[in-house]
Amino acid sequence: MTLHTLTIHEAGDLLRSRDISAVELTTAVLDRMSVVDDLVRAYITRLEDRAIAMAEEADRRLAAGDDGPLVGIPIALKDVLCLAGEPTTAASRILEHFVPPYSATVVKRLEAAGAVFVGKTNLDEFAMGSSTEHSAFFPTHNPWNLDMVPGGSSGGSAAAVAADMALASLGSDTGGSIRQPASLCGVVGFKPSYGRVSRYGLLAFASSLDQIGPFTKDVTDCAIMLQALAGHDPMDSTTARVPVPNYAEALQGDLRGVRLGVPKEYFVEGLQPGMEDMVRGAIAALRDLGAEIVDVSLPSTRYALATYYIIAPAEASANLARYDGIKYGYSAGVPSMWENYNLTRGAGFGDEVKRRIMIGTYALSEGYADQYYRQAQKARTIIKAEFDEVFRTCDALVSPVSPIVAFPLGQKLSDPYQMYLCDICTLPANIAGVAGVSVPCGMLEGLPVGLQVQAPAFSESVALRVAYAFEQSGHFVAPAKPELVASLAEG
Amino acid sequence: MAWEPVIGLEIHAQLLTRSKMFCGCSAAYADAAPNSHVCPVCAGMPGVLPVANEEAVRCTIMTALALHCSIPEFSKFDRKNYFYPDLPKGYQISQFDLPLSRNGYLDIPCDGTARRIGITRVHLEEDTGKNTHPGTGYSLIDFNRCGVPLMEIVSEPDLRSAEDARRYFMQIRSILLYLGVNNGDMSKGCLRCDANVSVRPAGSTTFGVKTEVKNMNSFKAVKLAIDFEVARQIKILEAGGRIQQETRGWVEEERGTVSQRSKEDSNDYRYFPEPDLPPLVIDRSWVEDIRTGLPEMAGERATRLARLYGLPETDALQLTTSRAMADLFEHTALLVGSDGREVAKWLLGEFQRLLNDSGLEAEEHTVVRPEGLASIIKLVEAGRVSSTAAKTVFESYFRTGQDPESIVRDLGLQQVSDRSSLEPAARKAIAENPQAVNDYKRGKTQALGRVVGAVMKEMRGANPALVGDLLREIIGEQDS
Repeated sequence: MTLHTLTIHEAGDLLRSRDISAVELTTAVLDRMSVVDDLVRAYITRLEDRAIAMAEEADRRLAAGDDGPLVGIPIALKDVLCLAGEPTTAASRILEHFVPPYSATVVKRLEAAGAVFVGKTNLDEFAMGSSTEHSAFFPTHNPWNLDMVPGGSSGGSAAAVAADMALASLGSDTGGSIRQPASLCGVVGFKPSYGRVSRYGLLAFASSLDQIGPFTKDVTDCAIMLQALAGHDPMDSTTARVPVPNYAEALQGDLRGVRLGVPKEYFVEGLQPGMEDMVRGAIAALRDLGAEIVDVSLPSTRYALATYYIIAPAEASANLARYDGIKYGYSAGVPSMWENYNLTRGAGFGDEVKRRIMIGTYALSEGYADQYYRQAQKARTIIKAEFDEVFRTCDALVSPVSPIVAFPLGQKLSDPYQMYLCDICTLPANIAGVAGVSVPCGMLEGLPVGLQVQAPAFSESVALRVAYAFEQSGHFVAPAKPELVASLAEG
Repeated sequence: MAWEPVIGLEIHAQLLTRSKMFCGCSAAYADAAPNSHVCPVCAGMPGVLPVANEEAVRCTIMTALALHCSIPEFSKFDRKNYFYPDLPKGYQISQFDLPLSRNGYLDIPCDGTARRIGITRVHLEEDTGKNTHPGTGYSLIDFNRCGVPLMEIVSEPDLRSAEDARRYFMQIRSILLYLGVNNGDMSKGCLRCDANVSVRPAGSTTFGVKTEVKNMNSFKAVKLAIDFEVARQIKILEAGGRIQQETRGWVEEERGTVSQRSKEDSNDYRYFPEPDLPPLVIDRSWVEDIRTGLPEMAGERATRLARLYGLPETDALQLTTSRAMADLFEHTALLVGSDGREVAKWLLGEFQRLLNDSGLEAEEHTVVRPEGLASIIKLVEAGRVSSTAAKTVFESYFRTGQDPESIVRDLGLQQVSDRSSLEPAARKAIAENPQAVNDYKRGKTQALGRVVGAVMKEMRGANPALVGDLLREIIGEQDS
């Protein structure tokens, strides 16, 4: 049996029936990692010893009758999530040897649920990017085609699940960093509503936009993960005190009576040929399932990119100020205080991070803040209001996730603006704080395509229900993934 | 030309909350080992988030209400961005355009009347860590202070002299102590103050160029520094010069201010709303509860004490400047039960003198308790110690806290107030001083003093009042 290919719910059944042990499952995943990850390079840190120890603990829980859905499930963590005692780098030189003394709330929740952590995954440095090429260490490759990027910034987490090197993983999504790589890697990726999941212990990029969410192999697993992650956290004042529904129950029920809006602004020039047809085909399948499809407009979508690229860098410029070479992480180690700041940050951050710190600093500067930062806040209010408006008449929105499929490594690296356009369909959800999921809906040029379902804030259940109905409809059945081991042998 | 100083104060007060502003660390860091009151949150570790301390918000609102400020329903925190090693996040969480309170005032006594000083705002922020420079080539950082709730009280430029400023600051301090929100300790930096100082021709309504004076660690320093700065500015202007907008530090040893940072070097703090903290929506009924619970302030208390205990107004005012002093007065007066004036005399006299000698404020002194002072007053009343000896007892009590009764015993200060033991000496003195006795009998009553003196010489520690009574009795008996 190839245990590493199992979903959470499949593995969970086998674990609880004692057909397999957590150690067997974890060992299978670690074995897979040791064979495949030299090609995919999804992991910055592999946690073999910790994983086996956690799996042994999970086996004890299983033996004691613990029937939690995540007991013994191997999970990967994006390397912006603090795990006490293990390196947490944000894929940055400035934190290359940083070991946090505490764990993120989501990490603690998964730990409490009995999950097994197999490794920390690669990303664009400080989650800034859409291809995982901005990692200070190495790029990650798309398991469907190793010459292609996995998307980003949570490319390592997406690729790890797509390549069966984890049953699920956690990512963070500031402008599409879960949904876009999920789309490009053919897995399910969920960005919860702002305030649904605690950010405590997530290395902040843009505090008002960041959300943590899961990558899974199917929607059922996504509901299981979300159930473990969601809820108020006293350590994060921005988490909402909104009751968390039972997400597994939310999957049930058909789409009759569900109104799905198709925002026309998401089907604009820049969509790769074939992309629109593929997404509209998926939407037609939803209609066949009983959903009512209506055309809607979110006219300020065209301001989303500019709004995002002011607010996110502005917040980042402050969030990244703590990396100063004084308390932890890399330090240039020169005696002059100001020189040490300059040399530490100059050498510790990569170009994309420095670019955004400079944009953000500029946007907040005296004399410019009114034109940029405050103007962007006004635009944000309008974008949010437009979402509120369409959600008055629609239960959810369906659209592309990414305008293009996975692109070749290196292709967009020299043109930041082309890279930023990758998130054009995903960043409005962060600006508005709504929920969004990417669910596989087809293959284009041999590469996966995702369908995005966006739902109102704290209506994750609706997004899950639509995604699940689509997945179960059989409209799209993923082809067999390339045999990575064989290509290793060939290489 | 006559010049008018224009002064505004920014007062920073650490709040006496149990935990820090945004984390669970204890805020009582005084005397703690460096970096022992630190957690990932206040150390600014990657990924941490702040959680606002409700008690600190309450203390700020309480202070703002005592300063007659209005409390908006909506407030928020902002990030103030700058790099410095004592600021681990690279930004300070403060309040920019929507502070917890604004538009208040404080009346300060001035030439027999009250002057109203506008309060621009009272807001809440977090304190920074502390850098020390024990040697060359390196510095040490202690993050214990980092994240301690810090309240800032900003006045309008309504103060017109260094003395105004000093009095205003003293009164603010008294209010903070009455509210119990700050310990008033300026030497340790728990209460600090910066002054914005400018001068203008008398009668002018526009403002001159201001400088910001920092590093004033006592009321005296506030007075001296502002006086110096006003004189410095006038001298420059009278010589036809221009004032540079800058930050200047008061240097105690040099009795002067020196330039620290010019306007060109000043930071652009790039304030923006703190995205990790939701805006504060201040519940009206909570504000009213806080208002109802405000303790009696110095002015009201002085009036009440003067009426209740028959104190002169000046004494009552002096007693109530400090809440600790006023508390000590009231509790002692209650124990003594008779005359508040005697208690006031002790506190404003001996107690204040000893405080001054030791350079302490009433709040800092913890030895003298109402029970002890009351027992000394009762010893005098009962004639068991002389009023002179009582001062010695009090001083010893002030320094040691030892029970006054046992001090009297240990130092042998008890008065002999037992008739039978005094009578032989009295008879002897009458016999040995016939001249004085005769003078007394002829109406020169003060002549008795010589006889009393003779008894006192014989009987050390005798109660002179009792000796006088005894002598008069014996002489009267002899006559009849």
